[in-house]
Amino acid sequence: MPANLFKVNEKEYILPGSRACQGCGLSLAYRYMLKALRENTIVTLPACCLCVLQGMYPSTPVLVPALNNSFASTAASASGLVAGLQALDRSDITVVAMAGDGGTFDMGIQALSGAAERETDFIYVCYDNEGYMNTGTQRSSATPLGALTTTTPILTKQQQKKDFIKIVEAHDIPYLATVSPAYPIDLYDKFVKAKKIKGTRYIHIYAPCPPGWTYPPKDTVKMGRLAVETGVAVLFEVEDGKFRLTGRSKTLAERGNRLPVINYVEKQGRFRKMNIEQLNQLQAWVNRKWDEYMKRTEQD
Amino acid sequence: MSKVQIMTGNQAAAVGATLSGVQVVAAYPITPQSQLAEIMSQQIEGGKLRAEYVRVESEHSAMTVCISASTVGARVFTATSANGLLYMHEQLHWAAGARLPIVMCCVNRGVGAPWTIFNDQQDSLSQRDTGWLQIYCRNNQEILDTVIQAYRIAEKVYVPVMVCFDGFVLSHTMMPVDIPDAGAVRKFLPPYKPHTILSPEDPRNINPVLFPGRRENTEGVLCDGYMEMRYKLFAALDGARDVIIETDDAFAEVFGRRHGGMLWEYMTEDADVILTGIGSIASEATVAADMLREEGVKAGVVGIRVFRPFPKEDVRRALRKAQAIVTFEKAVSYGYEGGLCSDLKAALYGTEVKAPVHGCIAGLGGRDVKARELAEAVKASLADIEDGRTEKTLWLNCFTG
Repeated sequence: MPANLFKVNEKEYILPGSRACQGCGLSLAYRYMLKALRENTIVTLPACCLCVLQGMYPSTPVLVPALNNSFASTAASASGLVAGLQALDRSDITVVAMAGDGGTFDMGIQALSGAAERETDFIYVCYDNEGYMNTGTQRSSATPLGALTTTTPILTKQQQKKDFIKIVEAHDIPYLATVSPAYPIDLYDKFVKAKKIKGTRYIHIYAPCPPGWTYPPKDTVKMGRLAVETGVAVLFEVEDGKFRLTGRSKTLAERGNRLPVINYVEKQGRFRKMNIEQLNQLQAWVNRKWDEYMKRTEQD
Repeated sequence: MSKVQIMTGNQAAAVGATLSGVQVVAAYPITPQSQLAEIMSQQIEGGKLRAEYVRVESEHSAMTVCISASTVGARVFTATSANGLLYMHEQLHWAAGARLPIVMCCVNRGVGAPWTIFNDQQDSLSQRDTGWLQIYCRNNQEILDTVIQAYRIAEKVYVPVMVCFDGFVLSHTMMPVDIPDAGAVRKFLPPYKPHTILSPEDPRNINPVLFPGRRENTEGVLCDGYMEMRYKLFAALDGARDVIIETDDAFAEVFGRRHGGMLWEYMTEDADVILTGIGSIASEATVAADMLREEGVKAGVVGIRVFRPFPKEDVRRALRKAQAIVTFEKAVSYGYEGGLCSDLKAALYGTEVKAPVHGCIAGLGGRDVKARELAEAVKASLADIEDGRTEKTLWLNCFTG
């Protein structure tokens, strides 16, 4: 059972009227993330969907302090916050760096790798909506095979998604977890846990995106669930190197009732040009990743 | 109490930063700055300076760390050279736009391609429009003193300051330097008071997206738009001149040394021809001026100490009696001429100073600059002026086919 099922922080840290899109998966995740992290938190972020959510000067719907910085610099910005707070004897504050997949998988990888290697005491959050959604759905290295984007407009993306989590894990950080806004208590639990741990922590949010993935805004939770139920997204945590499936992914593994990826793919307009060969390749990729996770579950 | 030690320019900069009580240092090694980064880590690891040292993975991150640490209220320091500075370019704009009083040493070096590790000033001069204040030093004493002054200036006008000094020529050359008393520096430089502190006690969304127009906040107060904020940065640099001069005066009062404020002059009082330059090349020009005077040419030197804000009133005053002006620059704006030459001409336009201005490009990528060559260039310029020949950019000590 989730640790915080009956005791989620009731306080809201995002006021009504944010500039995020209707049905935004990131917004839902951010809401529960801030509930878990509470007041004594500083967020730093690049230009991205979150920057839009944070609002236009001079108003913001968010009740935690935030520092906007340039696109490549999210994790370095967190390093600066941590160093500055340390120098001023204010290291009780939780520092969070939060960027999308473009700002993490692509442009932000150098700063994140550097900060993680330096064992910087912060939580890095990647909200992965699988493309440059803020600029109008361009391809990123997180975009899945067969997806239409505005820069893969005819042929669809020809490569599989970068397994970025593996890259982060190679930094031997004390805590790494994947979450989905479709499973808010699992998400909440992981942020509560991450907050208590020292060192670099990484949390990966699979954030469904109605305009980018082309599905009705009301279906964000459904899309998040389908991602997990088909194994496209896997919920787990790695604490001090120990791997553990959590929530829905854990029960899927126990019961062996994972759905085929077609159930997920057919619901999204971005996959409308996907051919059968690509579908099989995507299924094979998901199976291979799933098997790796199963093997780790048995080992650990 | 003060004491004199023999040290390199990099050491002088490190002593200046240490005396300034910097709280966060972030740096990435690059020749000829490396020694400065090394000394700062030695100071901190050795317990001589209580500060955080962030050994970043790039210059872009070095400036980012400075930006964020400054935003939470820490006094920060970094240093770089050449391509490292170019790699920071995006964050230089960010630091100035965010109005953070960051101080950075730029140990001047030529930029690639092709690679050179040697000195010129193309790196910092090509950052002219980033909104940073730029101060250039001519010797190691000035480096130490200017770093301390830079914090006082930056924290008064909320504009970042680049303290520039020539790679190898100063960074790796030993000179006697008088080290100011630490207590006196603390008095001269009060603790940093940020204009806005990023803190959970007063949550704000800092550096967010702005609309083109001005906009009301939730209390109905009309707030600045992007353009008003940019105007304020422009006005801050414009108004920094008084602060720079006041700071140099106040420094002189406490420590008995002044460095000229916006610019320094050498034998300009009766000079017919004035040589100008930025940094160590201007020091070299004083030797050239002596040579010219021995040959009967009344020469003087104006050394540009502050390049941004440009010392327009100061050059008009210093050059008012000049019959001819020759600039010597270790950088060039490709497709036109040296940047100092352009700015100087612009500053004199429409004033009573009608002297022709000739521009020389010298010493790129560490090419040797000899006082004798500067003197010869001045004589050639004077001959050109006499013959009424139009001015063109001369490439000194360079095979131009």
